[in-house]
Amino acid sequence: MKKRGNGFLAAGLLLAGTLAALVLLGMFWTPYDPNAMSAGPKFDSPSLAHLLGTDNFGRDIFSRVLQGAGTTVSIALAALAGGAVCGTAVGAVTGYCGGAADEVLMRLNDALTAFPSILLALVVISILGPGSRFHVTLALGLVFIPSFARVSRTAFAALRDVNYVKSARLMGAPGWRIVLVHILPNTLPVLLPALTIGFNNAVLAEASMSFLGIGVTPPEASLGYMLSEAQGMLFAAPWYAAGTGFAIVLLVFSVGLIGEGLRQRDGGVL
Amino acid sequence: MNEKELALSLRHVYSGYSDGGGRFGKKVRQEVLHDVTFDVRQGEILGLVGESGTGKSTLARTILGMVKPDQGEVVHYTKRPQMIFQDPYSSLNPFYSVEWTLEEPLRVYGKYGREERKRRVREMLERVELPPECLKAKPAALSGGQRQRVSIAAALLRRPRFLIADEPVSALDVTVQAQILDLLRALRKELALSYLFISHDLNVVYQLCDRVLVMKQGRIVEQGTAEAIFGHPQEDYTKQLLAAAE
Repeated sequence: MKKRGNGFLAAGLLLAGTLAALVLLGMFWTPYDPNAMSAGPKFDSPSLAHLLGTDNFGRDIFSRVLQGAGTTVSIALAALAGGAVCGTAVGAVTGYCGGAADEVLMRLNDALTAFPSILLALVVISILGPGSRFHVTLALGLVFIPSFARVSRTAFAALRDVNYVKSARLMGAPGWRIVLVHILPNTLPVLLPALTIGFNNAVLAEASMSFLGIGVTPPEASLGYMLSEAQGMLFAAPWYAAGTGFAIVLLVFSVGLIGEGLRQRDGGVL
Repeated sequence: MNEKELALSLRHVYSGYSDGGGRFGKKVRQEVLHDVTFDVRQGEILGLVGESGTGKSTLARTILGMVKPDQGEVVHYTKRPQMIFQDPYSSLNPFYSVEWTLEEPLRVYGKYGREERKRRVREMLERVELPPECLKAKPAALSGGQRQRVSIAAALLRRPRFLIADEPVSALDVTVQAQILDLLRALRKELALSYLFISHDLNVVYQLCDRVLVMKQGRIVEQGTAEAIFGHPQEDYTKQLLAAAE
């Protein structure tokens, strides 16, 4: 497989890299304390001092976006990692082994898929209790298991009887080694785009949940929670909604570019 | 015959493959092989010819234990039989370099250190007449003939004495075919190998094989030395096959 440079991948990596650097920066340093209510101007429009203006408490919106993006991204990444690892494990077992395990696990999977994911997350949150970062992550992670299980199951089932896997079996390689070392790397062309789509869904899902008030709790900022705050002052401080919304769009767009780039580079491998 | 002279024997083997399609993942058994009996002697190249769909590959899978026979017995007199596949594009893991692929059988075996593995891999690479530069290459960068050489090397690294070659040259062009056949012939001598050589190309079988089995619809209809089969075929089916290859 020849690795051509392609515009989508390069642009996506550049944009995502820049955003990641900003988010990392926001975890350690922000221009102003994101939660400090200042005696300064409220509803200040964007200026050099306040890049995205200030809100009703005089808090610097740029600082809040930086910090909120950090919260959103870390929840999304953790949920994605959990969901992807569990889902891929389920997919590997069902795809490689087939038989009864396949039928049982995939029917369970179908049952989970039947619920809209945000509804499923709502159910999990209402069982676990709202307002905790950990619970949100757990709920989202659970929601992501079925899609990864399905995608990886297809890939593992397709590669199960390929000649190089047969050879590995003939030379006496144990099953776990065949799955992890011989097959897993060859499913990456399918799994990587799924990861990028999953990340975007996780960002949007976290934002929706916080927007609905079942995500993280104030004063902790997350992009979704900030959007719901911004809704109340849409006319007084439109830059609040615009800045926050734009941050979400940029995040999703950059990772989407990477996904499209990967798909084009590895297209047709599986 | 003295068992010491045998590499493999099959006695009244009935076998087939299971196909999905049943409800709840239940497999439907397709009978393919009927009462197959033959021996492979040590050091011989036994050809297996027949039209596609007669069960040649099922036979290979049954011999290697990928499919359990329904009846009869398969007795191996050598250890670790290996197989070379037809399609050199799917028999090497595309993710890894040639060096990794060749080291893998030894790594799985687990008895050799890193240095010893590398040494054996280099030695085997020389045997299959590939340049050392190939080690760092990914399979995608190799030609079909080179890939088939790598497959052969990988199969031979654990020093098997018996090899099944399932149409090993039919995906290659004619000059490369001849080179790979020469290599197989040379390796048989150097490493005292026996082959079961599966092919639908009668010319190749005639060039390479000592004895030949003719298979039709899952049964062995005729067997004998290559000269006998090609010179004086007894069965109508064999005559038809030969006529079709003219």
